[in-house]
Amino acid sequence: MRSETQAAPGIAPEVNAALKPLVLRHLSRRPAAAIGAAVLVFSVALALAAPLISPYDPVATSWAAVRKPPSAAHPFGTDELGRDVLTRVIWGSRASLAAAAVAVGMAASIGVPIGLLSGYMGGASDAIIMRLVDAMLAIPFLILAIALAAFLGPSLTNAMIAIGIAQVPIFARLMRGQVLAVREEDYIEAADAIGNPHRRIVLRHIFPNAMPPILVQATLAAATAIIAEASLSFLGLGQQPPNPSWGSMLNTARSFMSQAPWMAVWPGMAIFSVVLALNLFGDGLRDALDPRSE
Amino acid sequence: MGAWLLRRVALIGPTLLLVSLLIFAMQQLLPGDPALALAGENQDPAVIAHIRQTYHLDRPIPVRYALWLEGVLRGDLGQSIRIQRPVADLIAEKLPVTAELAGLALLVALVIGVPAGVIAAVKQGSVIDHSVTLAALCGLSVPNFWLGMLLILLFSVELGILPASGYVSPGESITRNLTTLIMPAIVLGTAFAAGIMRHTRSAMLQVLSADYIRLARAKGLGEARVVLRHALHNALIPVVTVVALNFGALLSGAVLTEQVFTIPGFGKLLVDAVFNRDYAVVQGVTMCSALAYLLLNLGADIAYLALNPRLRP
Repeated sequence: MRSETQAAPGIAPEVNAALKPLVLRHLSRRPAAAIGAAVLVFSVALALAAPLISPYDPVATSWAAVRKPPSAAHPFGTDELGRDVLTRVIWGSRASLAAAAVAVGMAASIGVPIGLLSGYMGGASDAIIMRLVDAMLAIPFLILAIALAAFLGPSLTNAMIAIGIAQVPIFARLMRGQVLAVREEDYIEAADAIGNPHRRIVLRHIFPNAMPPILVQATLAAATAIIAEASLSFLGLGQQPPNPSWGSMLNTARSFMSQAPWMAVWPGMAIFSVVLALNLFGDGLRDALDPRSE
Repeated sequence: MGAWLLRRVALIGPTLLLVSLLIFAMQQLLPGDPALALAGENQDPAVIAHIRQTYHLDRPIPVRYALWLEGVLRGDLGQSIRIQRPVADLIAEKLPVTAELAGLALLVALVIGVPAGVIAAVKQGSVIDHSVTLAALCGLSVPNFWLGMLLILLFSVELGILPASGYVSPGESITRNLTTLIMPAIVLGTAFAAGIMRHTRSAMLQVLSADYIRLARAKGLGEARVVLRHALHNALIPVVTVVALNFGALLSGAVLTEQVFTIPGFGKLLVDAVFNRDYAVVQGVTMCSALAYLLLNLGADIAYLALNPRLRP
């Protein structure tokens, strides 16, 4: 298997600090990335403010309002139990964004150190770790996540863990590739020559310089995690009823396609917007961090 | 090249062994007693003891792994506890359905992705380029099960021209087979088309600035001939790898697509097995998808070398 990413050229730590405003300027010059960032900020704000801004209770049923089409009282309509779809879409953002944060946080905090050590140490341990990573990557991502979620049992927390574990090898492989590229740089050789201990070289010199592609990957992995959480919830392996998640809402909507099509539209639109925003932002970030793209 | 190929093939064995170890460990090391899980509602101690014995759950873990692996090597992936049939038979039965779906999806992806990528590259920076690039990003961002539901809403519920679900085997009726698979193939092919478009575009941009393209133009060849004969031929080489690397995503996507359109394939087998706690089937399906992925990548690497003589070791 070929490594999917190219290593970014190494940048000395001091330059790295000076790069930050540059990256921000690059990002702000890309309208697509700026729109992506704005949508993300808006979604996070909605998720945080859900209890304050939702017009109804997300789980309270109302037999008087079963499967009502969109109206002034219920702009997105109501579902099969008379719950307000708009309210559930707002609350559902919590499951999706939490899944993205937990899964990516977990995958990065396990995968990055593994890749860092594997790449820096080299030798037999590197070979063994990378064969394991290859083995995990050979299992299609969602199938691995489904298998893990199946063995762990269906719940939102377990779905997040399953997605996080399934994403570990991507971070490990990417970080290792970065380390291999960065450790060949002259300033690493210099740091070694003046007698810096390994720990300091890894943490102070290699790690910060290998980070930019990891940040891009984290953005794209968040997009993948949101689709994966929605997929697992759609299959019934994630968020359990009556709590809302975009995927489980779509799962329910499947049974009412001809009677209540609006139930199928809005949760999907929400997933699509947030994932598109993350992808736009990730693409912009990649271009901004890659000096060759100018 | 012979030695390289041999080494490449030889690596598949250890990788698969590790995959099997991972899959086995997944079930063994996670919390919960598999015997209780297998027993389901029936918590009769005699039944549980019987399950323990049948599935060797009373033996130490390494012995259990060895017993399981021995079976796998003989092509015996165990017995489905729900359907009471060998897992290998079930997979052999469902795999052709998914293979047909995946093949059609690949066709959709290539037919849309390659021309779109070429046009975007040739018209770099134009409105067309920006629209195609944005469309590709949308294609990558749309959850395929939702796209499937939207297509069902439009073509089945509103217009009533395509069946919303079900599957007819090609042996029974090829026309009905294709009518049931056209929406699923589009759904599954969309994200793939987007990926292929992005890679075709960037490969074309790279190739179009190469010296031999300038030479071809200087010779006075028509633009269409330069783009299609000289540039595209070389730009498609990396796309072969992209297709293989995305095969895993295609299988992942098939799981959801089959669920939305109720197609009795590999993915539906997996999901049903998960809900029936039919762990032998889950393990078997996972193992087979990894094997398929590794073989396809090997095939792609060989094709890559065959197409690009400069890379031969």
